[in-house]
Amino acid sequence: MPYHPMMIQPMRDEVTRLGVKELTTVAEVDAVFGDHHGTALVFVNSVCGCAAGMARPALAKAMQHAVKPDVSYTVFAGGDVDATARARSYFSDFQPSSPCFMLIKDGEMAQMIHRHEIEGRNADMVAGALIAAFDAHCGVTA
Amino acid sequence: MMHHENRGELHGITVVMTGISGKTYMGRFHEETPRGVAMRDLGVHDPAVSEHDLATWVGRARKFGVPVEHRMLLVPADEVGVCVRLAEWAPV
Repeated sequence: MPYHPMMIQPMRDEVTRLGVKELTTVAEVDAVFGDHHGTALVFVNSVCGCAAGMARPALAKAMQHAVKPDVSYTVFAGGDVDATARARSYFSDFQPSSPCFMLIKDGEMAQMIHRHEIEGRNADMVAGALIAAFDAHCGVTA
Repeated sequence: MMHHENRGELHGITVVMTGISGKTYMGRFHEETPRGVAMRDLGVHDPAVSEHDLATWVGRARKFGVPVEHRMLLVPADEVGVCVRLAEWAPV
């Protein structure tokens, strides 16, 4: 059952104010995942403070890095259940995890930063992992 | 932020717990009580039946995520062994 919208709105806002586009419906997910070229970051946002409480500030820090994905999206697990499931369905080899970051390159999963790589770490450490992923997969290629 | 009661430093953390039986439990640590350790969204490695050896099983979880077989499970107190964070797990 989804959480009450009023409860999770501040957590959505914390991400969308970074310029990350929120995908709330299956149709929106299909529109951007169906035939995607280039690099995209998908942040699976969630309520749990154990990990998401660090993931969102980490995302804010990482988005200041010079090298970034072409586009950034977010879905909210526990909020937009169908959209989240649809986004995950594109990468069915990977187990559902929230929060998590999915870095996609030309429609393929380039790197996933799972919940277990977020929880127990501070925002700087998680941001460092994100930035390393950006540098590895989003840089200019010769 | 979800409010969590004080359930200890591992609450909400993805852990690998070695069972006395030889099974290994991997998932989110919920809480420890006198009856055992409650875990959420976990998989269980049983060397007698699992497709992969333990190191491979954990390695795959690190890359692809934890294979969830149980939404919640109480690992009995007499089964609880060593418990470490998944991020820190290393084969013995």
